[in-house]
Amino acid sequence: MSDERLAVRKTYKLYIGGAFPRSESGRSYVVVGSDGAFLANAAQGSRKDVRDAVVAARKAQPRWAGATAYNRGQVLYRVAEMLDSRRSQFAEAVASSEGTSQEEAAASVDAAVDRWVWYAGWSDKVAQVAGSSNPVAGPFFNFSVPEPTGVVGVVAPQASSLLGLVSVLAPVLLTGNTAVVIASETRPLPAVTLAEVLATSDLPGGVVNLITGRVAELAPVLAAHRDVDALDLAGAPASLLVELERAAVTNVKRVLRPGAAESDWTEAPTPRRMLAFLETKTVWHPIGL
Amino acid sequence: MTKSYPDHKSEGAAGAELARRDDATEARKRADAPGQPSPVEESGQLVAADRPDQVAFEYAPAPESRSVVHLQPSYGLFIDGAFVEPVDGNAYKTENPATEEVLAEIAAAGLEDVDRAVEVAGRAQKEVWGPMPGAERAKYLFRVARIMQERSRELAVLESLDNGKPIRESRDVDVPLAAAHFFYYAGWADKLDYAGFGPHPAPIGVAGQVIPWNFPLMMAAWKLAPALAAGNTCVLKPASTTPLSALLLAEIIQQADLPPGVVNVITGAGSLAGAALVAHPGIDKVAFTGSTEVGKDLQRALAGTGKHLTLELGGKAANIVFEDAPLDQAIEGIVNGIFFNQGEVCCAGSRLLVQESIADTVVERLKRRLATLRVGDPLDKNTDLGAINNAAQLEKIRELSDAGEAEGAIRWSPSCTLPSKGYWFAPTVFTNVSQVHRIAQEEIFGPVLSVLTFRTPEEAVAKANNTVYGLSAGVWTEKGSRILWMAGQLRAGVVWANSFNRFDPTSPFGGYRESGFGREGGRQGLGAYLDV
Repeated sequence: MSDERLAVRKTYKLYIGGAFPRSESGRSYVVVGSDGAFLANAAQGSRKDVRDAVVAARKAQPRWAGATAYNRGQVLYRVAEMLDSRRSQFAEAVASSEGTSQEEAAASVDAAVDRWVWYAGWSDKVAQVAGSSNPVAGPFFNFSVPEPTGVVGVVAPQASSLLGLVSVLAPVLLTGNTAVVIASETRPLPAVTLAEVLATSDLPGGVVNLITGRVAELAPVLAAHRDVDALDLAGAPASLLVELERAAVTNVKRVLRPGAAESDWTEAPTPRRMLAFLETKTVWHPIGL
Repeated sequence: MTKSYPDHKSEGAAGAELARRDDATEARKRADAPGQPSPVEESGQLVAADRPDQVAFEYAPAPESRSVVHLQPSYGLFIDGAFVEPVDGNAYKTENPATEEVLAEIAAAGLEDVDRAVEVAGRAQKEVWGPMPGAERAKYLFRVARIMQERSRELAVLESLDNGKPIRESRDVDVPLAAAHFFYYAGWADKLDYAGFGPHPAPIGVAGQVIPWNFPLMMAAWKLAPALAAGNTCVLKPASTTPLSALLLAEIIQQADLPPGVVNVITGAGSLAGAALVAHPGIDKVAFTGSTEVGKDLQRALAGTGKHLTLELGGKAANIVFEDAPLDQAIEGIVNGIFFNQGEVCCAGSRLLVQESIADTVVERLKRRLATLRVGDPLDKNTDLGAINNAAQLEKIRELSDAGEAEGAIRWSPSCTLPSKGYWFAPTVFTNVSQVHRIAQEEIFGPVLSVLTFRTPEEAVAKANNTVYGLSAGVWTEKGSRILWMAGQLRAGVVWANSFNRFDPTSPFGGYRESGFGREGGRQGLGAYLDV
């Protein structure tokens, strides 16, 4: 008999409405590491799972947007704390998924935590930077405030399994949007582990929903869904871009296309990704006695 | 203003009529200072009929002179700083919608013309306008603004002739706002580093801009001014039924000595020239104002091209009146909201949501007010409602209004005599409207108001947001905290509190949801033309 303890393996499931269901389709797919060795079976989400996730995201959106910016900042900072405390676990997951060295993976995880902290701090500042009071030629107090677009569909970066994911997810959340994320198809395990962090970080259920599976099967459903308000195509393969952008037209979605500059997720972010999922509301209020 | 009711014994009806008009002029002057447009007076000072025994005054015609406008028999395309004939020589006629009189022959741009316009715009952007210091661009734009002010009467008359809108509106709203837009964005041209889009923001390149017929000059200004300030060059495609003011603006741009190719105006059909323009590979940025249907076609056509896109599309705005609203102002605001520019306004307050307790009162007072609206000659300075811009639009308004009746809503219009020639539609109010009726869901783009009721603020919000659109909304209440609560709940890009249809170059305008994306006006409006 071996002295080595037999590991208790984790089941990787979807994350919808704060719960961790298997795919309603009952399907799973094999996830292998960069060396081709078996890592785990991941849930292979279906179009029905995507639709359920959109329903959960829509339901959670008003409360999340209605929370004070300070409160959202606190919750997001709490996520960073939880992430930080599990750095070694994430480093291992990233290393096996991406095939990088332990050191590189650890650096990538550190960067992901720092990125989350950077975005968390924006929650009660972005309105001051993106909003304005406008000196109209008349007796009105006129002001513009940024408001969340609503439910954002995110096709997560395919290669950068944690840092890339954090870099696209945090800006969607801090602005008061809720998200339906399609995880990296071949490297989904760090994303599922991130969902476990989110589930234990005071983040209300439904604010983030994560689907693993085939991007080509799931992304078009998300892109065409009429109750999704915006789309981040960061991780969409080039072969799908035209189809996804066309599908997004059904309800005039705001679409953030993948940028060349963003393939390197270690680069310092700008406010761009936050502003992509904000609407400007302008209010005219009369001034008078 | 009650002191000048026409039953003044000393003056008699005619004298009182003059007195009223002077009052109105005075009121407008006050409201306008400094340069603030006042689409329809909200103060009630133009209203004569708030008393039950009051009827509309008979006004003698007060037509604005057409002599200030020198129409040419035919107009070419404005490409590379010169007016040129289209390559294949095609042309169409633009008419006065109030009389069906042909105003001029307009060049219909073909594919080669579009090619040429985009090509010269690209060259001008790379060689001249892009590299030019912002301070120099600013001075050119200030010039344009000034010449627009100098030629404002000409622009206003031309706009009313070609569009059919009342001269009072083109004179007091369209033209001053258009000039103000150039003036505002001129000042941004050398301050882009401080606009909040990061250091050294770059222009996008060549902008292809397609605009509608409801505010032809103002839309041209909203498109051109920020694009040029940011260092882009432009190819503008005015609506086929209203090309004249854009062509006069092109002449103004010539007078201002803008380098050739910086602004190009191509006239013609949207389905040909417009479609070719936005699809042209030399275009880096597309800005479109128009219907949601065409906007979607455009978004679809641009999928995968990497072109920047902003869309300002349709609307079905709720104008929400609470029981504690200042009713005199609210009635004027409702009228202004839906009958300004014959209701041919994307942000028009076409759904009146009135609290149940005051619904009967509001509808009754509204009807009395409507009885005093003057529909007729757009060039008459007393006219409140002009002509519908074109036959197709009139047909659409008729069709939807008929559908309203057919679906069970109750239709009402004041008795008014419409001119026998031209495209006319009487101001119309529908009561007994339910949310599923087409007239409560679809954009009519005409002088047709649908009245619905609500009991609680939550219900008002639910009904207001029950639309695919999200361009604008109005809230009428004396309670400040409720205004701000409502403003937060409404999914709309512009919320007017105790007011409606106010516009300003510093104030960002644009929609949520299927009303489009991107903003025009203000600092935010610059972002639509910077590569950020």
